[in-house]
Amino acid sequence: MSEAVIRIESLFKAYDTPAGPFPVLKDVNLSILPGEFVAIMGPSGSGKSTFMNILGCLDRPSEGRYFLAGSNVAELGKDATAALRNRTIGFVFQGFNLLPRMTLADNVALPLVYSGIGHAERRARAQEMLDKVGLGRYAGSLPSRISGGQQQRVAIARALVNRPRLILADEPTGNLDSHTSHEIMEVFRELNEEGITVVLITHEGDIAAFAKRQVRFLDGEIVEDRPTLSHDLSPAGGRGTQPAAPLPPAGEGPGERATPC
Amino acid sequence: MLGAMLHEAWRAMGANRLRTLLTMLGMVIGVGAVVLMMAIGQGAQYAVAQTISSMGSNIFVVLSGFTSTGGVRSGSGNAPTLNVSDANAIAELDGVDTVAPVHWGSVQMVYGPNNWNAWVQGTTPAYLDARSWPIADGASFTDSDVRAATRVALIGRTVAQNLFGDENPVGKTFRIGQAPFTVLGVLAPKGQNLEGRDQDDLVVMPLTTAQRKVFGTPFQGSVRQILVKASSAEAMPAVEKSIEALLRQRHRLRDSADNDFTLRNLTAVADTAAETTRVMSLLLGAIASVSLLVGGIGIMNIMLVSVTERTREIGIRMAIGARERDILAQFLLEAIIISVIGCAIGLILGVGGALLVNQLAKMTVVVSGSSVLTAFAVAAGVGIFFGFYPARKAARLDPIEALRYQ
Ligand SMILES: Nc1ncnc2c1ncn2[C@@H]1O[C@H](COP(=O)(O)OP(=O)(O)OP(=O)(O)O)[C@@H](O)[C@H]1O
Ligand SMILES: [Mg+2]
Repeated sequence: MSEAVIRIESLFKAYDTPAGPFPVLKDVNLSILPGEFVAIMGPSGSGKSTFMNILGCLDRPSEGRYFLAGSNVAELGKDATAALRNRTIGFVFQGFNLLPRMTLADNVALPLVYSGIGHAERRARAQEMLDKVGLGRYAGSLPSRISGGQQQRVAIARALVNRPRLILADEPTGNLDSHTSHEIMEVFRELNEEGITVVLITHEGDIAAFAKRQVRFLDGEIVEDRPTLSHDLSPAGGRGTQPAAPLPPAGEGPGERATPC
Repeated sequence: MLGAMLHEAWRAMGANRLRTLLTMLGMVIGVGAVVLMMAIGQGAQYAVAQTISSMGSNIFVVLSGFTSTGGVRSGSGNAPTLNVSDANAIAELDGVDTVAPVHWGSVQMVYGPNNWNAWVQGTTPAYLDARSWPIADGASFTDSDVRAATRVALIGRTVAQNLFGDENPVGKTFRIGQAPFTVLGVLAPKGQNLEGRDQDDLVVMPLTTAQRKVFGTPFQGSVRQILVKASSAEAMPAVEKSIEALLRQRHRLRDSADNDFTLRNLTAVADTAAETTRVMSLLLGAIASVSLLVGGIGIMNIMLVSVTERTREIGIRMAIGARERDILAQFLLEAIIISVIGCAIGLILGVGGALLVNQLAKMTVVVSGSSVLTAFAVAAGVGIFFGFYPARKAARLDPIEALRYQ
C-alpha cells in the first residue's frame, strides 16, 4: 500500500474567542491515499473549512498530528510550509480569489514567481494551464472581464501550475450555478484521472457524487466515511442537499470512521 | 524574481496613481529642500573660504588709534600714532614673515572723460606678498619706486573697468588732481571681503607717493596701518604678544595707559566667519531634513494604508506559497521605489532651484557630487526605514486571518 498523501491523527482544533477556547474539531482521524477524490460534506458550522485550512497548511491544529506527503507539518518552519503550499498543494477557493489587477496569465503564473521560476517559463506554463482549462485566449484579460465559472477555471489553472500532488478546494462550486458547477467538476475529475489527489468541500449531493469517496462532518467530528455509491450518481439523486445515504446518529460517529490505509 | 517584483510594485503603484504621486511629492519636497539648502549652505561656505584665502593667511592688522573699553573704536586709523619705523621694528620680531605699512584714503581719479572714486593704499611691494595677491596683467612697483616716490600705481579690476572700460590700462596714465600716474599693472580680482566690500575697487601705489604726493600728511612717515604676516598659524599668539609689547615700549606707554593702536587678528575674524557659515549651513540642512522626515512618515502612512487595503491579496499570495520574506520584499520594494523616484525628482528640482537662486539672488551655490549621493542614500534609507514597519506588518499577517479579511 502506497504512503498516504494526507494522514491526520487525533486532530483537535479550538479557536480562541473572548469567551475562551471554542472547540471546532474534535478528535479527527483521516487518511487520504494518492489518487483519491474525496468530497467533504456536512452542515454549516461543522468545521469543514477549518479542517480544510489545516490540510492546506494555512492554519495549525491545536492538538494532534498532520502528515502531508510523509512529513510532519508541525515540525516544519514557516518557509517550509510556504514551500508546501507553493509546490505540493493547489488551493481553490469558493470566492475564486484572483488578484483583480493582474491579467489571467499573471494570476496563473503567480505561484511560479514564489518558486523562483524565470519569466519565459512562467509565461509558457501559465499559457499551458489556461489552455488546459479552455481559457487560453483570455490570457491577457483581467479577471473582471470573465464570468464566475471562467474565473474558477483560472483559479484551478493557478492551483495546477506548479504541478501539485494535491488539490484542495473549499466549496469551489458554491458561487456557481449547477450547469457551471458540473463543468468545473468535470475539470476536477479529469485532474483526478491524471493522478492528482483531489479533496473538496461541498454541500451538494450531486457535486459530491463526482468524488469517489465521501466524508461527512458533524459538530467537528467525522460521522461518515464511505465510497460513493452507484445510486449517488443516478439522476434521481437530483441535486438535493440531503445526504443520499442515511446519516447515523451523531453519537455513533466514531464507530463509523473508516480508515482506508 | 526581482523583475517580477518590480513589475508588480509598479502595477500596485499605478493602481493608485494620485496617492502614489502625493506620497512621492513628500519625498520630492524633502529631497529638493535638502539639496537646495545644502547647495546654499555649501555655497556660503565656499564664498567665505574664497574671501578668507583672498585675505592672505596668518595676517594681523595694526591700526593706529585707540580702542575704547566698550570695544568701540574711536577714530582708529585717523590719529597718526604708527609710523614706518614701527613697521621696520616689527619686521625684526621672531615669527614675523612680512610687514607692510599702509597709508590710505580715497581719491578722485580721472582718465579722459571718465571719473572714478577709489580707495588708495600706499604701501610697499611686500603688501602684495602678505596678501598673496598676484598681478593679472603688467608688473608690480618695486622698492626703488618706494624710495623715489614715483607716480606709478596698480589698479584693481573694478577700477580698471570703470576708468578704462575696454582699454588695456597697463602703461596708461590717469590723473589725481593735476598729477599724472602711470598704471604698471592690474591686480587679479579678489571679490568681496568679509564685510562685503569690493576688494577690487582699489589703487595700490608706493607708500611714499601716497604720503607725499596724494594725501600729504603733516607727520612725516606716519602710516594708518601696518599689515603683518606671521610665519605660521602656530606663531600667531606669540607674535601678537610681542607686537603689542614692542609698540607699547616704542610709544612709551605707561602700564596704566591704553594702547594707542589696535591689533586685529584677521585669521581669527575669518575663523569666526567660517564657523558662522558652517553653523548656518548645518542649520539649513537640519531644517530641510525635517521635511525629508515628514516625507518619510508620509510613505510609512501610505504603506500602512496599502497593507490594510491589500490584506486579502496578502492572504491569497500566502496561500499560493509566498514566504514572509517575499511579502516583506514586495512592500519594502514599493516604499523604496516611491522614495527613490521622489528623490530623483527632488534632486532635479533642488538643483534647478539652486541654479535659480544663483541666477536671481546672485548667491554662490555649490552642488557637490557628495551631496547628490548623500541625498540618494538618505532617500533609499528613508524608504527602507519607513517602509520596513508596514512591510513587516504585512509579512507577519496570519494567512487565514488575511484571507478572511473583507
Ligand atoms: N476564526 C474563528 N474564530 C472563532 N470561531 C471560528 C473561526 N472560524 C470559524 N469559527 C467557528 O468554527 C465553526 C466551524 O467553522 P467552519 O468555517 O469550519 O465551518 P464550515 O463547516 O466550513 O461551515 P460552512 O459550511 O458554513 O462553510 C463555526 O462555528 C465558526 O463559527
Ligand atoms: Mg466553510
